[in-house]
Amino acid sequence: MQFALMIYHTPEEFDMRKNDYSDPHLGAWRAYYRALVDAGVYVGADALEVPETGTTVRLRDGKRRVQDGPYADTKEQLAGFIILELPSVDAALEWAARCPGASIGVVEVRPLAKEALRRGFTG
Amino acid sequence: MNGSNQQDTHRTVERVARESYGRLVAYLSVHTHDLASAEDALSNALVSALSHWPQDGVPQNPEAWLLTAARRSLIDVIRHQHVVQASEPSLALLKENSTEAALSTEFPDERLNLLFVCAHPAIDPAMHTPLMLQTVLGLDAARIAQAFLIAPKTMGQRLFRAKTKIRSGGIPFEIPQERDLPARLDAVIEAIYAAFGIGWDDMVGADQRGRDLAEEAIWLARVLLQLMPSEAEVQGLLALMLHCEARRPARRGADGRYIPLSEQDPKQWSFPLIEEAERHLSEAFTQGRSGRFQLEAAIQSVHAERARTGRTDWTAIALFYERLIRISPALGTQAGYAAAVAEAKGPEVGLAVLESIDRDAIADYQPYWAVRAHILQRLGKTREAADAYDRATGLAEDPAVREFLLKRRS
Repeated sequence: MQFALMIYHTPEEFDMRKNDYSDPHLGAWRAYYRALVDAGVYVGADALEVPETGTTVRLRDGKRRVQDGPYADTKEQLAGFIILELPSVDAALEWAARCPGASIGVVEVRPLAKEALRRGFTG
Repeated sequence: MNGSNQQDTHRTVERVARESYGRLVAYLSVHTHDLASAEDALSNALVSALSHWPQDGVPQNPEAWLLTAARRSLIDVIRHQHVVQASEPSLALLKENSTEAALSTEFPDERLNLLFVCAHPAIDPAMHTPLMLQTVLGLDAARIAQAFLIAPKTMGQRLFRAKTKIRSGGIPFEIPQERDLPARLDAVIEAIYAAFGIGWDDMVGADQRGRDLAEEAIWLARVLLQLMPSEAEVQGLLALMLHCEARRPARRGADGRYIPLSEQDPKQWSFPLIEEAERHLSEAFTQGRSGRFQLEAAIQSVHAERARTGRTDWTAIALFYERLIRISPALGTQAGYAAAVAEAKGPEVGLAVLESIDRDAIADYQPYWAVRAHILQRLGKTREAADAYDRATGLAEDPAVREFLLKRRS
């Protein structure tokens, strides 16, 4: 089964993203990534730029509405995602608890949609 | 009724609930095998106590009052279930017992039956501890779910399924026959220890998870010991948990930083708890029946000696681990043994022990990587040590532990 770990950061956490390799915050993430790969559960992952760089688009009554900033007006914002191959949701919660993002912000665990639905999308 | 009176009553209800919950649930379910109904009935009784006691005063025998109220509610519940025929015998039993028991404090303590039911081999082992926490201590599913890292709804469903199985699966409410007793008692002890949640205490891997249940686990162990005072392993279990609990204040620095056992200041350990642990352990040893929990407690006892002698006798610890591995070769034990022999006989001996552990089993087992990193560092294998530190860090749940490991790595 595949699960998405969606990582929501607080503004302070976004500020902690320095490209400095001695940074303990980054060190924890690097170690987490290694543990995922070495345990053989890693499928894919990526990080997003800070929320201010987001733009939302809607089409309403044939008109385009474009706005600056992220979609949801919440304190925690989506910062990245990880896809894992795991036997159960229990195992997914284990890995979510180990995620450095869980100790400050929030990690949401959600199963990927069933294979049939995903095939429907991709044809 | 005034506010402080109500508060007092609230506290009394809470105290009585805490002390009597398991006794009442066990007694109410021993004939019906219906834990869910017994719990519902008791919670109705507690609600009723909260509304009656502030006005009428706290009854002289609160436990008997709750029992009477719960029993009345239970009879209603059973009537409502429309299974009159099937329930007739239990209804009769409930009524039969109601007069004498309600009037005296003395009703039989059926908690031991209940503990054995919760840890019955027909029930998913992962549910043994949650069932005990709920039925014997009255913890709600949400709280249990937190500790076990399971969604509250899922935990609720799993508890419900387990109780349905108990009700309909013919799981007997009785203390096992002598022949089965050792294995069945092991399951009860294991389940209590799982609530405590600390694999062992002397390295950077102790799981945080169960920690907020530590007090509840000690309470359960005391109940079990009270019910089975001559079981050496129960004494061992309590001794082990008390030793670990004694060190709680020393585990964190004032700034919240993680402090491993070897660097803890023994002055911060709780001596009353250590003394109590030692008392239980020596009582257990006089019975001459060694077992896993006595050995685990003995290891912690050697660590506690440092408060007196200023040093840790790693040779003694390694010997206890050797005996422990023979009866219980769990991953945690093997990693603990490796750490101990690394101290007693040198890091290369410790590394050899680690190398003998099954590769697949340790892929996501944090304590293994923490021990491995420490031993490799002592051997001067810096690169390999850094790799192992990364693994240990990535598998750690506690940010303080992660920080500690990252610092060691550099």
